[in-house]
Amino acid sequence: MAQSTAAPTPTTPAITPLPVRALVPWAVFFGVLMLVLLYFVGAEQGATALVSGEGVHEWVHDARHLLGFPCH
Amino acid sequence: MNSTVVRTLLVRGMLAGLGAGVLAFVFAYLVGEGPVDAAIAFEEAGSHEHGEELVSRSVQSTAGLATGVLVFGVAIGGILALAFCFALGRIGRFGARATAGLTALGGFLTVYLVPILKYPANPPAVGDPDTIDKRTALFVLMIALSVLLAIGAVLLGRRLAPAWGNWNASTAAAVAFVAAVAVAMVALPAGDNTPKGFPATDLWEFRLASLGVQAVLWAGFGLLFGYLAERVLEPERAHGKVSAVVA
Repeated sequence: MAQSTAAPTPTTPAITPLPVRALVPWAVFFGVLMLVLLYFVGAEQGATALVSGEGVHEWVHDARHLLGFPCH
Repeated sequence: MNSTVVRTLLVRGMLAGLGAGVLAFVFAYLVGEGPVDAAIAFEEAGSHEHGEELVSRSVQSTAGLATGVLVFGVAIGGILALAFCFALGRIGRFGARATAGLTALGGFLTVYLVPILKYPANPPAVGDPDTIDKRTALFVLMIALSVLLAIGAVLLGRRLAPAWGNWNASTAAAVAFVAAVAVAMVALPAGDNTPKGFPATDLWEFRLASLGVQAVLWAGFGLLFGYLAERVLEPERAHGKVSAVVA
């Protein structure tokens, strides 16, 4: 809103922000789901383990290294 | 209505993340596997204890690599789509495509580039397995700090903008971000422990490949998602019915 007062002749029609109320349910549910996915790619059977064994770690091994996560 | 827009953008974000993941996988396979193999060769030359292979190298470097990178792409795509929905119309007078590009750039800087300056990506053989807990926690902490400080910097810039103008306010916010990140980096403990004799060239090439994988992923996402989001939010623009400048 700070910027919207600056231009008397706007060259771009301003986009109306999406209301936070419409965003929250999606953000909470999918935000958590996406973080769980990141956890399985980045840290499962490394620092902590929800599933026993080494299968997940070994399967995503190369991706974990190349994406920059500490792997072992 | 608005909820439907969010849902559509979320789905498109995850699809764009999947597409970007495919590009990043191709890059990782072509450029990243060489340095990984070199590091594994070093590891095996040095250590005698090596258990049976659970997943073969040929699977790790293809299906395994693809799984990890694609899942990462989808997850990042979903989170960035949500961040985009919030940023849209709130960070200045940017259209859908520019907002998508800026969201992706901000994500790349705060989630990858800044954290790895402190805790760089390490190939196999680099890193003591006994400290994996601590290193993972520090890496996640560094990402969280970097993201939070960046959000703080954006808020600061918005607050300063009316009095200072956009350019000066943005510069001040960027300087504040760099200074705060520097303090965090100095305060956090060091994380590196490269074994003696590990070839410096291999380490450099691995880290450069890792940077490339992430750069392809985030740039690919920003461009693909910008295209898809514009068709939802500004269909008249996407179909070329309005010229770039509406005076």
